[in-house]
Amino acid sequence: MAETIPSTPAGAPAKPVLARKDFVSDQMVRWCPGCGDYAILATVQKLLPSLGLSRENHVFISGIGCSSRFPYYMNTFGMHTIHGRAPTFATGLKASRPELMVWVVTGDGDGLSIGGNHLIHALRRNVDLKILLFNNKIYGLTKGQTSPTSEVGKKTKSTPFGSVDYPINPLSLALAAEATFVARAIDTDLASLGHVLERAARHKGSSFVEILQNCIVFNDGAWADVSEKSTREEHNLFLEHGKPMIFGKDKNKGLRLKGLDPEIVEFDSGKPPADLLVHDEKAPSTALAHLLANIGRPDFPVPQGVFRAVERPTLEDLIEGQVAAARQARPADLTALLRGAEGETWVVS
Amino acid sequence: MSDATKMPESSKKPDKLQEIEEATIRFAGDSGDGIQLTGMQFTRTTAIAGNDLSTLPDYPAEIRAPAGTLPGISGFQIHFGGGDILTPGDAPDVLVAMNPAALKGNLKDLKPGGFLIVNTDSFTPQNLAKAACAADPLKDGSLSGYRVLRVELSRLTGLALQGLDLTKVQAERSKNFFALGMMYWLFDRPLDPTLRWIAEKFKKSAVLVEANQRALKAGNAYAETTEIFNAHYTVKKAALSPGIYRNITGNEAAALGMVAASVLSGIELWYGSYPITPASDVLHELSKHKNFGVRTFQAEDEIAAIGSAIGASFGGKLGATGTSGPGLALKSEAIGYAVMLELPLVILDVQRSGPSTGMPTKTEQADLLQALYGRHGECPVPVLASATPADCFGMVLEAFRIAVKYMTPVVLLSDGYLANGSEPWRIPGMGELPRFSRPPIPSADRFKPYARDSETLARPWVSPGNAGYEHRIGGIEKADVTGNVSYDPDNHERMTRLRAAKVAQVAREIPKSQIQGPSSGKLLVVGWGSTYGSITQAVRRCQAQGLSVSSLHLRYLNPLPPDLGEILGCFERVLVPEINLGQLVKMIRSRYLVDAKGFNCVRGQPLKAADVEEAVEDILNNGGARG
Ligand SMILES: Cc1ncc(C[n+]2csc(CCOP(=O)(O)OP(=O)(O)O)c2C)c(N)n1
Ligand code: SF4
Ligand SMILES: [Mg+2]
Repeated sequence: MAETIPSTPAGAPAKPVLARKDFVSDQMVRWCPGCGDYAILATVQKLLPSLGLSRENHVFISGIGCSSRFPYYMNTFGMHTIHGRAPTFATGLKASRPELMVWVVTGDGDGLSIGGNHLIHALRRNVDLKILLFNNKIYGLTKGQTSPTSEVGKKTKSTPFGSVDYPINPLSLALAAEATFVARAIDTDLASLGHVLERAARHKGSSFVEILQNCIVFNDGAWADVSEKSTREEHNLFLEHGKPMIFGKDKNKGLRLKGLDPEIVEFDSGKPPADLLVHDEKAPSTALAHLLANIGRPDFPVPQGVFRAVERPTLEDLIEGQVAAARQARPADLTALLRGAEGETWVVS
Repeated sequence: MSDATKMPESSKKPDKLQEIEEATIRFAGDSGDGIQLTGMQFTRTTAIAGNDLSTLPDYPAEIRAPAGTLPGISGFQIHFGGGDILTPGDAPDVLVAMNPAALKGNLKDLKPGGFLIVNTDSFTPQNLAKAACAADPLKDGSLSGYRVLRVELSRLTGLALQGLDLTKVQAERSKNFFALGMMYWLFDRPLDPTLRWIAEKFKKSAVLVEANQRALKAGNAYAETTEIFNAHYTVKKAALSPGIYRNITGNEAAALGMVAASVLSGIELWYGSYPITPASDVLHELSKHKNFGVRTFQAEDEIAAIGSAIGASFGGKLGATGTSGPGLALKSEAIGYAVMLELPLVILDVQRSGPSTGMPTKTEQADLLQALYGRHGECPVPVLASATPADCFGMVLEAFRIAVKYMTPVVLLSDGYLANGSEPWRIPGMGELPRFSRPPIPSADRFKPYARDSETLARPWVSPGNAGYEHRIGGIEKADVTGNVSYDPDNHERMTRLRAAKVAQVAREIPKSQIQGPSSGKLLVVGWGSTYGSITQAVRRCQAQGLSVSSLHLRYLNPLPPDLGEILGCFERVLVPEINLGQLVKMIRSRYLVDAKGFNCVRGQPLKAADVEEAVEDILNNGGARG
């Protein structure tokens, strides 16, 4: 796997080993008690020391929303920007300072409604950003309106008779933009979340992670079907590259294709049929990932983990390549530049 | 045109060159006729010949409107001479009309008695119909007030190109060079620069090089041998100050200014932009200069363009974005954010006729109030404006210098006329250019993100990657000094006033105002932006008539020059000509409580010097009764 994380330059004094507390800022965390955002924050803070990159080289950039308060709580560089536009600031920063590790924290409203366009373009350009979309299927900060991921019929403050807008699927959108890394995790399963976030961090290129997050105040239980401990094994499909897609407490259910559609097949535990779908996160085509993105409760388990992880040149590498080639080809001579093309100047004496 | 362009009516011996002070010519034809290219070649040759000049390209918004129609007309006007040429000229002395539509659309501007060169081959019934001409103007006597030269441009070009492997249609495409050759004879210009240019431009096709070169020479020879003109003219060299010159458009100058700002500060440039007329050429130009470490980014929209520039600025780069009015509107939320972040940023607005899509290829100055006030909250930013095409270079440098020194976004206003118009530019030597640098930052243990420099009130510019300086910035109100989130009422009041005071401080950068004419009198004409040339020329003419009038040009619109109030007080009346319905005049009236009058045109065209002159005379002679 390609690593984006720069190592300490040779000869530089060894940096002290960092711990989770080094990434905790002095600002009071102001999410509602019980909000899923706490667990995500803790998981990220726990992950960062293991990446080996010092604090000053991490930048967290967010839009507006409850989720977007995130940068204030990280003892790194950070930018709390304007609603929906975080990917634009992050793109300018990463593409002009490729050595930094740039994270984007966004919400379902921030990233998919007002900022949907920027998200698409950051992904298709494959800017090396770690994009974490906290999906609580509601507008939290503005106190409970329908969001682009709210289901049809959802009653919210702005939709007392039920939402009439068909929801958008964040992973399908990311795949349509041909994001090179696409994954999903949930705020209640910290081990899986930590694993997915580490994979995202170590991917070179745009990483898009949908994090299913509970808004305890305005949309409590939105993901209960997925997070509920007792049904965890039945309702989730944990994707593993190269492994058949098996789920269930007794590992006795699997996914296979019937025509172009997936279907669930039950079998005797330990004896999976040969025609089960095998996960391939490196598939050049997005077809399998799309298929997985489109299934979910109540007919299917909810796939979690890494849907797609492929390599493609990043925006910043392509830009740096052009700059380096131009520098090789022509010296940066301002006098010559101001004079313009041969034969365009004249002298007045 | 009230000053005599000395192209005598009387005909002297044709082979004798007559010296004239200045002339204005206009090429007009279909947008497919190569009019812009022809005009640019005439301009180049004229610049190299040592005249001062000013140009005005005027092209349709449609890429290829139906051939022969009025919406498809493209025009290029150039005013050149031996004196100080300030405007592209109000009325042409010579009009080259390639078809009936071009004649119909441009004739009203031609000076009475002026030369009119028409391509008679194009005056077919179909073309007359396309131009909605009821009668053939070549036959109905409507051209009697002009010196009409009827030239079978298409046929003559075809003859000149005989023997070349070209279809009739292909051969006819060279007729613009035939016309250009004629104009070179009329104004005694050398053919060489254009011959060389053709050889380079069409080097992929030997037959096109031959065709265009032949057409140019044939047109030149035709004018000489047929004695179609009664005379030809030489124009004195301009008394420009010594140096190396080139011709430059406003957009080229703006782009070069950005590269120069990067070189002079030693900070790499990031330019994020979304294509929009008339600003796109700045993106095109900058994208060529990656060898200077320039990174250009064609964003998905104007918001992303400015967002990327702010991100780069947080990363310690020179962030800039360029657009026109509709794009500036989209950027306004992000400009507010940059004001809160107090990061350096340059926003170039190349204004065009609005509102909405308006007339995208035509000029206007109606974004001034948007630049000053078009944002939410108390959101002051320095606003500058370029006066001439070449001035865009220096003003871009000034915008960056202020942005970095005061840690603030700066809006620089240009417009469609400055962007595409051109003039000779004395290329500055490296030693003449201002160097500026990133202000030093305090040591990490003393670093506070919103602690201010006592003199400039700027906060420190510290980018990610600096160990020990980790901090978060954002759009939520900042606590004074620490930059932490704060909802404290006293703090908000203090920070709002600090941001305003910081921008007001920029007044210290403004040089003493240069008044053209006496420093007191009956009337002061105040202008800003691209009306500089027209106002200056008009006021000079009025002064020559003995009128008590002076003029003052503003390059700093926010803050305004500190001496402006005092200067206004030295004149009985104040006139503010603008290509809008009165925006600077509003500011002057409210700020200084003077009864300034506006003179306003919104025709998508530069202000005419003659119109300003009339307005001045009207105020001084009739007390402004007409206004
Ligand atoms: C331009 C603009 N429009 C509207 C808002 C108000 N606003 C703030 S956050 C938000 C929605 C946030 O929803 P989401 O992204 O899902 O974040 P959450 O609070 O749920 O984490 C809205 C509409 C704003 N701040 N700026
Ligand atoms: S409103 Fe919801 S999303 Fe926002 S902090 Fe409270 S629980 Fe979390
Ligand atoms: Mg939400």
